[in-house]
Amino acid sequence: MAKVEDLDHVVVRFSGDSGDGMQLAGNIFSTISATVGNDICTFPDYPADIRAPQGSLTGVSGFQVHIGANKVFTPGDKCDVLVAMNPAALKTQYKFCKPTSCIIIDTDSFKEADLKKANFETLDAVAEMGIKNDVIAAPITSMVKDCLADSGMDPKAILKCRNMFALGLVCWLFNRDTNIAANMLKEKFAKKPGVAESNIKVIQAGYDYGHNTHSSVSHTYTVETKSTKKGIYMDINGNKATAYGLIAAAEKAGLKLYLGSYPITPATDVLHELSKHKSLGVTTVQCEDEIAGCASALGASFAGALACTSTSGPGICLKSEAMNLAVIMELPLVVLDVQRGGPATGLPTKSEQTDLLQCLFGRNGESPMPVIAATSPTDCFDAAYMACKIALEAMTPVVLMTDAYIANGSGAFKLPNLAEFPAINPPYVPESLKGTWTPYMRQENGARYWAVPGREGFTHILGGLEKDNKTGAISTDPENHDLMTRLRQEKIEKIQVPDLVVEGDEKDAELLIVGFGGTYGHLHAAMDEMRAAGKKVALAHFKYINPLPKNTASVMKKYKKVIVAEQNMGQFAGWLRMKVDGFAPYQFNEVKGQPFMVSELVEKFTEIYNK
Amino acid sequence: MSELKAADFKKGQPRWCPGCGDHFFLASLHKAMAEIGVAPENVAVISGIGCSSRLPHYMATYGMNTIHGRAAAIATGAKVANPNLSVWQISGDGDGLAIGGNHFIHANRRNIDLNMILLNNRIYGLTKGQYSPTSPRGFVSKSSPYGTVEDPFRPAELCFGARGHFFARAVATDAPGTIEVLKAAHAHKGSSVCEILQNCVVFNDGTHESVYSAEGRKKNAIYLKHGEPMIFGENNEFGLMQDGFSIKVVKIGENGITEKDLLVHDAHCEDNTLQMKLALMEGPDFPVALGVIRDVEAPTYNDAVTDQIEQVKGMKKYHNFQELLMTNDTWEVK
Repeated sequence: MAKVEDLDHVVVRFSGDSGDGMQLAGNIFSTISATVGNDICTFPDYPADIRAPQGSLTGVSGFQVHIGANKVFTPGDKCDVLVAMNPAALKTQYKFCKPTSCIIIDTDSFKEADLKKANFETLDAVAEMGIKNDVIAAPITSMVKDCLADSGMDPKAILKCRNMFALGLVCWLFNRDTNIAANMLKEKFAKKPGVAESNIKVIQAGYDYGHNTHSSVSHTYTVETKSTKKGIYMDINGNKATAYGLIAAAEKAGLKLYLGSYPITPATDVLHELSKHKSLGVTTVQCEDEIAGCASALGASFAGALACTSTSGPGICLKSEAMNLAVIMELPLVVLDVQRGGPATGLPTKSEQTDLLQCLFGRNGESPMPVIAATSPTDCFDAAYMACKIALEAMTPVVLMTDAYIANGSGAFKLPNLAEFPAINPPYVPESLKGTWTPYMRQENGARYWAVPGREGFTHILGGLEKDNKTGAISTDPENHDLMTRLRQEKIEKIQVPDLVVEGDEKDAELLIVGFGGTYGHLHAAMDEMRAAGKKVALAHFKYINPLPKNTASVMKKYKKVIVAEQNMGQFAGWLRMKVDGFAPYQFNEVKGQPFMVSELVEKFTEIYNK
Repeated sequence: MSELKAADFKKGQPRWCPGCGDHFFLASLHKAMAEIGVAPENVAVISGIGCSSRLPHYMATYGMNTIHGRAAAIATGAKVANPNLSVWQISGDGDGLAIGGNHFIHANRRNIDLNMILLNNRIYGLTKGQYSPTSPRGFVSKSSPYGTVEDPFRPAELCFGARGHFFARAVATDAPGTIEVLKAAHAHKGSSVCEILQNCVVFNDGTHESVYSAEGRKKNAIYLKHGEPMIFGENNEFGLMQDGFSIKVVKIGENGITEKDLLVHDAHCEDNTLQMKLALMEGPDFPVALGVIRDVEAPTYNDAVTDQIEQVKGMKKYHNFQELLMTNDTWEVK
């Protein structure tokens, strides 16, 4: 009998051909774990091709989930369990294994032809790769076929259930209740009860197989729940959280939500999500191009909607002209950039932080724009909400940056109560100003008043040409242009953002780790690991990029050593140097399209620490 | 509400060159707006960049003078977000058909309820005299000193190709003709393209010479009116007749041809074959077609968007954010 080992946290990686349903299996397992109260953090790692040749090395799709008794910050560097549905998956994914990892393979898909497709030279892939780990070599395909022989399903549909067998096996390995999965599938396939039933049957078969043959592994595991804040939770990925944040902000502001967009990986799911919610009055327009996505949003903003446009880096290039128009017209607009690998088409499905300077500066003229970078999948909700609040209250376009990693990754999301969120009060022009109002009259916070078409007595024209501060007429007067440039800049600088929080050894750290946006989890995990090893380390992670928190300079100067770690060549470090006199940090830069490895961060940071 | 006057839509002092077609068009637009009778606060005039795109500055309505080529896209967002607005898009031939060509065709395809005014002087005026996408092949300009080596767009053809449901044409100097097409454009639900032929006195003087004066139009243009026979000429002596798959100019009274033999204009015909023939007529062999050439009813994008939202509201059980949250698989930590 295999013994049950109680773990604090564990990482499972599902991998297979991109048609093998690994994302679904991974998602269900994450939700089961979350349902029993574990914290979760997931990372889907999928190929750019829609369907690479079956069984090929380039067609491998992976889904990694980190489940923990306590809070988990990352999907984990390496996995404790690897599911490899074919030889290509084993070959490409084994690098994510530790020596102690358990590997599950489908022996039915390790036949000569399959092995050839993955460039194996012998018939024993495990031996050829020198793998010494526990391997559960199960004839998954044939068992699934047997299990569903009487189901009346066609052979192709039967093969599609292999992922559920693997899921059942993993459920057994972690002593998970398969009923939760069964209920999820019943709901998912509510309209096709037959499909749900077959999948549930296969999950149970996988579970039973594990249970009956467990001698081949030395351990099964449990991950108990230790501490989670009370409340109702759901599993949410960053793109969905972003969409929810926009919906929440529109409702709070009492405005119609408008999204103008053009499909682009990895941002498209925001368009998909918002398109579903017409019952909330959400209007989505799939435009003819990125330019029209942004331009139509700006038109919607002029007409009085909470307007957004969603894209990824290459789309920002195209939208920059209309973003700039929003700057000079001083209209609210939220521009979402789900960053991917660049330049140009780059690595469409991979994650980087290489758009920062583009978002800050990628426009002609003096074009200040607030920039917010969400720090985790669930933080996308808050970041999107705050982006809307700032855009509406300061009458400005705002760039909301996320990245492929947090957009596709997920975490346990405590359902927010909208009533507790800060109010959103756009500066509508008061009726009392009728007769004296001009388009660039400003409130105290520097925002000009918003006169939405339809209001009598406030007709006006906005545009891309510089305007006279007093009359709103076109002006090329040098003094006026200088003044308007400063007013637009000051308005952004006046935006209130929360102070930077220092975590860890706030008082006496020898090394301050600095990052921004989606790397929060990895940097936090690296800090935790170093502190556990007795080192004095702190983390200052930025969400508000422009304007920077007021205490930025004091925090940056407080510590002896500072390292800025980011997934680009040093863009954020450069921005900080521009804003903090004499700031000279160490830098850790990596542009691999993959999330940071915590182990690598710890190694690099320790090197600096010991200097 | 008291009756609106042209003066209610006037603002500022236009800065176009003396004699520019834009002056004529603007005066007609002011008058047409008054006749249409939508209050200025419910009108949005949205332009791109170019000489003619300055027009919103001279309108006492809501307006935007945006960026080059994007007026149709910006107007699309404004109309979808606020369908109660009467939205007018003002573009020149460069703004609308070169840099903005993509938005032009897609606004037509979607059939969004925009009144799209295309002020066609076949030249880039604001950048001081380069050929435009409507300049004829061989056209000599500052950027084509030896003549262009490319064919122009014919706006009607582009509009029809993009499944446009409304196309009308007027000459800027012809106030009644212009006002008539503007009113028809407003009345049409869906994208309405009005091509306004206008002169650029500085860089392309005489480009629409043959139809620019009232006398010229009598000789060289035909005013198309739905349901009426196609008659033109100084003394209404000519007409248009079908000729196989084409059309031909005939003289009434010659070879026994009477008014009954002439084509009768059908602007509402869904099939645009004949409307296309008419729109593409040009001199010297044919008259230039003016008036509403095509005006076909079809579902509009903005109505469809609104209707779908209402329909889904009836179908779905969640209508606010908190209810949306509860549509997800959730678990409780106690």
